[in-house]
Amino acid sequence: MATYIIRRLFFLIPLLIIMSFIGFLAINLAPGNYFDTLKQNPQISRETISEYEAKYHLDKDVFTQYFYWLVNVSKFDFGYSFAYKIPVIKILKLRLFNTFILSLSVILFTWLIAIPLGIYCAVNQHKFSDRFFSFLSFIGLSIPNFFFTLLLLYFASKTGILPSGGMHSLGYEDLSGFGKFIDLSKHLVIPTVVIGTSGIAGLQRLMRGNMLEVLRSQYVMAARAKGLSENRVIYVHALRNAINPMVTIFGGSLSGLLSGAALTEIICSWPGLGSLMLEAVRSQDLFLFAGDLLMTGFLLIIGYILADILLAWVDPRIQYQ
Amino acid sequence: MKKKSYSQFAIGFKKLRKHKLAVFSFYLLLLLYASAVFAGFLAPYHYDNEKRSLSYNPPTKIHFLNEDGKFTKPYIYEMSYKFDEFYNRIYTEDKSQKYKLNFFIRGDKYSILGLINSDIHLFGVDPKARLYLLGADSRGRDLFSRIVYGGQISLSIGFVAVFISLIIGLFVGGISGYFKGKTDTILMRLCEIIMVIPGFYLMLSLRSIFSYSLNSLQIYFVIVCIMSFIGWPGVARIVRGMALSLREREFVLAARALGVSNLKIIARHIIPHTFSYIVVSVSLAIPGFILGESALSLLGLGIQDPYASWGNLLSESMAIAQIKFHPWILIPGFFIFITVMAFNLLGDGLRDAFDPKMNIE
Repeated sequence: MATYIIRRLFFLIPLLIIMSFIGFLAINLAPGNYFDTLKQNPQISRETISEYEAKYHLDKDVFTQYFYWLVNVSKFDFGYSFAYKIPVIKILKLRLFNTFILSLSVILFTWLIAIPLGIYCAVNQHKFSDRFFSFLSFIGLSIPNFFFTLLLLYFASKTGILPSGGMHSLGYEDLSGFGKFIDLSKHLVIPTVVIGTSGIAGLQRLMRGNMLEVLRSQYVMAARAKGLSENRVIYVHALRNAINPMVTIFGGSLSGLLSGAALTEIICSWPGLGSLMLEAVRSQDLFLFAGDLLMTGFLLIIGYILADILLAWVDPRIQYQ
Repeated sequence: MKKKSYSQFAIGFKKLRKHKLAVFSFYLLLLLYASAVFAGFLAPYHYDNEKRSLSYNPPTKIHFLNEDGKFTKPYIYEMSYKFDEFYNRIYTEDKSQKYKLNFFIRGDKYSILGLINSDIHLFGVDPKARLYLLGADSRGRDLFSRIVYGGQISLSIGFVAVFISLIIGLFVGGISGYFKGKTDTILMRLCEIIMVIPGFYLMLSLRSIFSYSLNSLQIYFVIVCIMSFIGWPGVARIVRGMALSLREREFVLAARALGVSNLKIIARHIIPHTFSYIVVSVSLAIPGFILGESALSLLGLGIQDPYASWGNLLSESMAIAQIKFHPWILIPGFFIFITVMAFNLLGDGLRDAFDPKMNIE
């Protein structure tokens, strides 16, 4: 298992390199750069700017720039954010954590609802409840994330039940540990629901399909013929086989999850990697841009490896040799 | 007795007709696209016809009953406003004069596809009053007119982008599946890399390459390019899978034995067999492109004011306080929602009707 994960890491590291290189390439291809803005600022002398340029090798070609950046990254130096005027790693740490919390909450929400719902719909195939939930899923799949966010924010601002955007309330620092948790959870509700619904729709349909297929198989018939209770047949015999294909999907769904999360983060003003990306693009802040892409890739890779471990756990037939 | 034979497409369409929702979606989309084409005629005002004094005018009430409670021709009242204590405008109807709703009335000039130039609108009111079917935006422009015009951009971008990504996808997928080996490996790794990068991040990175101060036509093409770049790998991978199985079929062997060139085999024998897949994938891929455009425009990186697209119309609602006081600015979102849903339903119906799996086996 350990050797498998190490091998998998070797396969995934190129992804990180390519993703962060895209950042460098995009900024270099773009007309103008952050220094153009700095140069117009009379408070910053030309010497300071050329000092920066020399320090980060920004006067060289893109490959040299990237090479020096990679060397620095291996020493956990992600460069300097020209817009924020602090080292990039300080911003990234916080943002990575925030996006991680949001993604975790979305994954929990999605899977804890989609799997039971899929099972329920499969067991009650063609009944009213099955058709009702399938219809709801379809709406969830079709409603644009950004529009759903705006609708929920409108609802929140009208009723005042939920905070309309952001991550913390004013006075968050003075709250007790439990109070902080409650406050954070309240802010998590809208982004989680929005990002979650589109995921639930797809997963629920798949789970329903898998379950229906398994329920038709002969070993389920044998289990029923043996006189096992219906619950035991469904939850012990059928479920374990129906859930296998779902776990393989888990890794693949992460890219979409992060993509959907980014736009929702921006609209909900959730300070994560997605909203940071927009800021970096707007200010053409090279190291922030590349660092953000690197961190996103890092989250993806963690997800893929987790999915592999999970798959080995639910399906003992798989051996990583 | 000889049975009448049907072509593969005729059978597909017969099956499709049984899908009530898919047929309904098809007509709905037809209606939306027609309204985009005839936007100038349908919209009472030009998309940039503003009246700043009527900022955020709420949707105009159309009256069908006169004071005695009897039916008359529909009419509206002019709106006037006062400020409340928070300096919000409170609009009230000025009941001194009625303005009749007129059909085929002269108004702003427009042109349909550059062919028909006219100033006759389907409906409208006397220029002294203003008709806001769905309310006004911050500059007092008619939201309904802007939505109808916005459809031109939002609805067409999906088609153009899907078309380009299909061409690239078919070509790359066809080559990859037909030649196998190293070509296949390299091309497919490339696809996988593009697919694994979260779409939104890729979209922003690509957008950052281009200047922000482009004119709207340039931005339109930039968005089309970005969307096609993100979209083609999905097509290529599936076409490759089909090409891998098709290349072993007898008719391809026969073509090869006859000495037909490789490119011609791909173009004439392999790609046509993927058409039923294409029909389905087009209708399922367009919503993604429409959403991509909307997202970019929503963030101010796409279509710019004064031009309208459903995404940039919605960008006014990014300030939550604005939605709270003027909820009608959310309406463009419903149009995106309905369009996406219709394409999804149509795609589902098409998939059932033209099951691409049946075609390979």
